[in-house]
Amino acid sequence: MAGIYFQKREVVIPGQLLAEGRYRASVGTYDVDGKIYSALVGLTELRGNSVKVVPLQGVYIPREGDLVIGTVIAVAGNNWRIDIGGPYQASLHANNALRRPYDEDISRYYDVGDVLSAEVLAFDRNSGPFLTMKGRGLKKLTDGMILEVNPAKVPRIIGRRGSMINMINDRLRIQTIVGQNGRIWIRAPDSATMRLAVRAFRMIEEQAHTSKLTDRVNAMLLEETARLRDEKRPPAPAENSEPK
Amino acid sequence: MEKKPDYLISPEGLRVDGRRPDELRPIELEVGVLKTADGSAAIHQGKTHIIAAVYGPRELHPRHLTLNDRAYLRTVYRMATFSVPDRKKPAPSRREREISMVIANALEPALFLEEFPRAVVDVFIQVIQADGGTRCAAINAASLALADAGIPMRTLVPAVAVGKADGVLVVDLGDEEDKHGQGDIPMAILPTTGEITLLQQDGYFTKDELLEAIQMGMNACKYIHELQKEALKRAYAKRVPVTTEGEEDELEEYEDDLETDLGEADLSEDDDEEDD
Repeated sequence: MAGIYFQKREVVIPGQLLAEGRYRASVGTYDVDGKIYSALVGLTELRGNSVKVVPLQGVYIPREGDLVIGTVIAVAGNNWRIDIGGPYQASLHANNALRRPYDEDISRYYDVGDVLSAEVLAFDRNSGPFLTMKGRGLKKLTDGMILEVNPAKVPRIIGRRGSMINMINDRLRIQTIVGQNGRIWIRAPDSATMRLAVRAFRMIEEQAHTSKLTDRVNAMLLEETARLRDEKRPPAPAENSEPK
Repeated sequence: MEKKPDYLISPEGLRVDGRRPDELRPIELEVGVLKTADGSAAIHQGKTHIIAAVYGPRELHPRHLTLNDRAYLRTVYRMATFSVPDRKKPAPSRREREISMVIANALEPALFLEEFPRAVVDVFIQVIQADGGTRCAAINAASLALADAGIPMRTLVPAVAVGKADGVLVVDLGDEEDKHGQGDIPMAILPTTGEITLLQQDGYFTKDELLEAIQMGMNACKYIHELQKEALKRAYAKRVPVTTEGEEDELEEYEDDLETDLGEADLSEDDDEEDD
């Protein structure tokens, strides 16, 4: 007996039989005697012969290589303790953040309350996660704002090879850093654009499971940016006939 | 307090509330009833009304409880002071602590707690109105709340109590049958494998009665499991808008539009801002 028991992008629930036979259990599923069951509430996806379930909910669990945005919560010796959301507190060692020689008092560089972009260097099940700031564009974030979104929606916000996020950046002429831990740093030229950016991200978050979303977000942004431009323009002088 | 009814099984063979011996009370399940919790569910089972909330996985305090190989499942079952006719004292009772433990034991085999070592998964269960069968109804609601929180699970966990009233085996006891009947067997199962994760008994049963009661409970659990699945899908169908598009469009779109790079960490985030 072999086969697949789900539709494309079907909402499945824990314990639902998805496939049996020559399929591989991937993320969000588990395997018992060649039968693959869902372990989550989520949407099914078949890539090649591996079955996965994309979660609709969930907390941030670090993975090596993830880009994250965190807040310094403590300075201890030559380590910073960093809150990256989710159940695990991360640590950042000065050697992974600073060029030697550095001052003994590392709070001179980053202090409690500072917001950093960093990469997950290592995370295994019984230690860590450890972060590093050695990498392109990893730095302390001093301006802009941080938007919190559901970490499960981050892949959708980035889009295929960055399609979604690049589109948003280009449309609004803003700069963003999307952390895998569901925090998005946004730097916008003015507050109206910032509000629009937040609106776009919230829209993606709400409609993450609909197709053609990139197009819809694009359309929404085009319309709204046009409106903003119109509002900025001084009123046309044609209608300045003073009533008597 | 109400007085003992004259009989629990009428001459026609029906129960106090008019049910047949193998009939469950009407069950209503609703997922996602609380905004602040990571996952939540409510159950109305007859007059029993319970809300379950799940938080986590999150950091565990106090630290001495941490388990290095898996998340700690912290389950708290509590009854509201107004949930029973004679006001319940608000202090946690011995009974509540024991029920918290048996519920945790009933749920734990269904969870992949090893995915979150050193963290905690908090399950809070509040009985709003009690009319018998609260520990089973609590398991029914809690397993939905866990799924709603996105905790990886092998399966949902249905639970039901089977008991004996006037010598007849009856499913899903109400409060009167519980108090005046001759016994009570609460049970919970994992429907995918048929394993039993909760089995308690009070009162006396012959061996044959016990085996039959467990079989009746199994059947009732399978029915409750269907209700759970339906409630969960209903809650999420609302959140996943249906798109009605052409089939070939759909195929194109699927490859390109619903990008989820789970486990493929070759993300090209744009951090191409110039430091000004």
